[in-house]
Amino acid sequence: MNDKITNILLVGVGGQGILLASEILAEAFMLAGLDVKKSEIHGMSQRGGSVVSHVRFGREVSSPTVPEGEGDILFGFELLEAYRSLPLLRPGAEVVVNDYRIAPPSVLLGQAAYPDDIPARIRARFPDFLLVDGLHLAQQAGDVRAANTVLLGAVSKRLPIDVAVWQQALEKMVPKKALEVNHKAFAMGRAL
Amino acid sequence: MSRAVLSGNEAIARGAYEAGVLVASAYPGTPSTEILENIVGYPEIDASWAPNEKVALEVAIGASFGGGRAIACMKHVGVNVAADPLFTLSYTGVRGGLVLVAADDPEMHSSQNEQDSRNYAKFAKVPMLEPADSQECKEFTRLGFDLSEQFDTPVMLRSCTRISHGKSIVELGERVSGLPAPKLTKDAPKLVMLPGNARVRHPLVEQRIVDLSAYGDGAAINRKEMRSTKVGIICAGVVYQYVREALPEASVLKLGMVYPLPHNLIREFASQVEQLFVIEELDPFIEEQVKAMGIAVTGKAIVPLCGELSPGRIRAAFAKVGLAEAPAAADSITEPLPPRPPNMCPGCPHRGLFYTLNRLNAYVTGDIGCYTLGFMPPLNAMDTCVCMGASVSNASGIVRVLSPEEQRRVVGVIGDSTFLHTGVNSLMEMAYNRVPATIVILDNRITAMTGRQENPTSGYTLKGVPAPEVDLAELCRVLGIEHVRLIDPNNLAETRRVLEEEMARPAPSVVITRRPCCLIKDATRFSPGPPLCIEPDKCTGCKACLRLGCPAIEWLPSSDGKKGKARIDSLLCNGCTVCQQLCKFDAIIHQQG
Repeated sequence: MNDKITNILLVGVGGQGILLASEILAEAFMLAGLDVKKSEIHGMSQRGGSVVSHVRFGREVSSPTVPEGEGDILFGFELLEAYRSLPLLRPGAEVVVNDYRIAPPSVLLGQAAYPDDIPARIRARFPDFLLVDGLHLAQQAGDVRAANTVLLGAVSKRLPIDVAVWQQALEKMVPKKALEVNHKAFAMGRAL
Repeated sequence: MSRAVLSGNEAIARGAYEAGVLVASAYPGTPSTEILENIVGYPEIDASWAPNEKVALEVAIGASFGGGRAIACMKHVGVNVAADPLFTLSYTGVRGGLVLVAADDPEMHSSQNEQDSRNYAKFAKVPMLEPADSQECKEFTRLGFDLSEQFDTPVMLRSCTRISHGKSIVELGERVSGLPAPKLTKDAPKLVMLPGNARVRHPLVEQRIVDLSAYGDGAAINRKEMRSTKVGIICAGVVYQYVREALPEASVLKLGMVYPLPHNLIREFASQVEQLFVIEELDPFIEEQVKAMGIAVTGKAIVPLCGELSPGRIRAAFAKVGLAEAPAAADSITEPLPPRPPNMCPGCPHRGLFYTLNRLNAYVTGDIGCYTLGFMPPLNAMDTCVCMGASVSNASGIVRVLSPEEQRRVVGVIGDSTFLHTGVNSLMEMAYNRVPATIVILDNRITAMTGRQENPTSGYTLKGVPAPEVDLAELCRVLGIEHVRLIDPNNLAETRRVLEEEMARPAPSVVITRRPCCLIKDATRFSPGPPLCIEPDKCTGCKACLRLGCPAIEWLPSSDGKKGKARIDSLLCNGCTVCQQLCKFDAIIHQQG
């Protein structure tokens, strides 16, 4: 491992389970013997607002936040929020996004349109782009609530950590009764 | 030794545990809330919520006077509430060690201002430690208790959003043993702050700051890191991390104690570098003191005063003076995207009330909580918001300058927890002076904004033990409010009728809207109603339901030139039925099956 720090951004809408996903990532990096820091905002923004969680790992990490324009991997839980966050990424970054839209207030009220063709627009800027049908795959795994774990599986393939470590992190962070479904969802995401 | 990925708040809780703390008290406030929520996991510590920060600090002071180690935790604005005891605690000093955690919120992610708590340390003449990651959160909390007892002083620990809610790896330690057992000890000259005693204490306080500065000159927490001597930077806390990333070649004086400053160490560092800078978030707190020492230093001339710093912002500041390369212009998205501000949850019991206040053209003095979101469109039903408790006293003040006609429009809104925090005194004032305003207490049975903490009306303590419930209606009556009404805010007709009556009444009145927060996880306290849906054939597209701004109701424009229709997302709907009551065409029904 060189001195390079890898910057992951998890973005979506408050209430989507972004904090838990970032906790699992951080746990896995620690278990793999790496330095890791993460940062996010709690409180007001959690009431359905935009959420950005920063996770950074490497030999030694200083800042807990990812400098603008230096994101290496975007882990998007919602299409519009993923698109909104593209300026945080470096050119050539990898983008994994859940194929899911949550209408913001102005769209709910019919005052604005939800931008169409977001996947195509992301791909035009970041060719290394994976669109994941998280809800559908999670349903197949046994519980629609495991969609984040499907995404996590897809992201995990882009990170230098053994699958056994990921499983260990899941076991530590996911409630026991949901573990089987989550292992399955993770494997399905990793297979994409 | 075991390691864990901990947030700053978790690490402060762990530090308190390892330091042998016996009592912890706090009022929830972002970004400090999780400190107590984690301390409660250590059964050795008596951890509890106080109704406000002043009470929390006074509980901690009492425990300290009894000889036990105690911690009080709050967000930056909470220190304003606790300032009264803090300034005199500085004179009394402690018996058991006492640490006051102040969690600042630069950038105002979840706050009404971004005041810099370091000024309190200087103002109250107490030392302040500032950790730069979770490991230091734990270590500095432990050290704080030792310093508190060694120098007979309360110690402030300053965190900020990026430290409290940032996570990093921490080595865990054991809880100390062998601390003296608490017991009553009479010591009036130290603990009874009458003028005669306080005059004796004040010079001790001044000497303590001199002694602490000398301690700081040699303390390991104030650390010189010599690299290139071309640029030297004084910094502390999370800013140290940004500096290391933005300017890796620069020499750094990393301060773990930001007040008092280690004057000799600063002089030594200044003499070893060609150009000296202070990089700090918010106020030029260190910079002004270094300048007062007669040392040439650059700070706020290039570093922003407002908002958070970041490696990028520091690089941009140093690029201006030719000492760093400007960060590459970030890729931007030029087309406007619909913003995603926070919103009240689907089924939130506040929504029907704010809808009604909007329809009644009320002038709403607001307060701090989820319900501050009543300000957002389409509800647009909040006109002021200053600080905890201010809704009541602002309403009381504003009606005094209005005509009787305009007086009737004034309604103060305050949550149950905020009312108990600092609204009670305000309501006492309003009743005492017979001020004809209407106050609504939004009683959702929990402290919702900060993540559902128990409070004295909720029936449980922080430890989950059943507790007496404050009877809000009875409390208002004994304060002298004659007209107290209790209503269900999800009943729109009743809400409108009662508000109209009380707004028209030329006397002080209180309306309590009681309905549990729909985020409460305990099914005995809240359970959602069956989800609703909209029958497309009956929906005329009148948009009446959209005026609620519920995240579960979406407008579907028509593609063929006809009128659009509304749709309810049954996965999000909590079945509050408020939209159903607004629909004149009976198009909103319970789902079949």
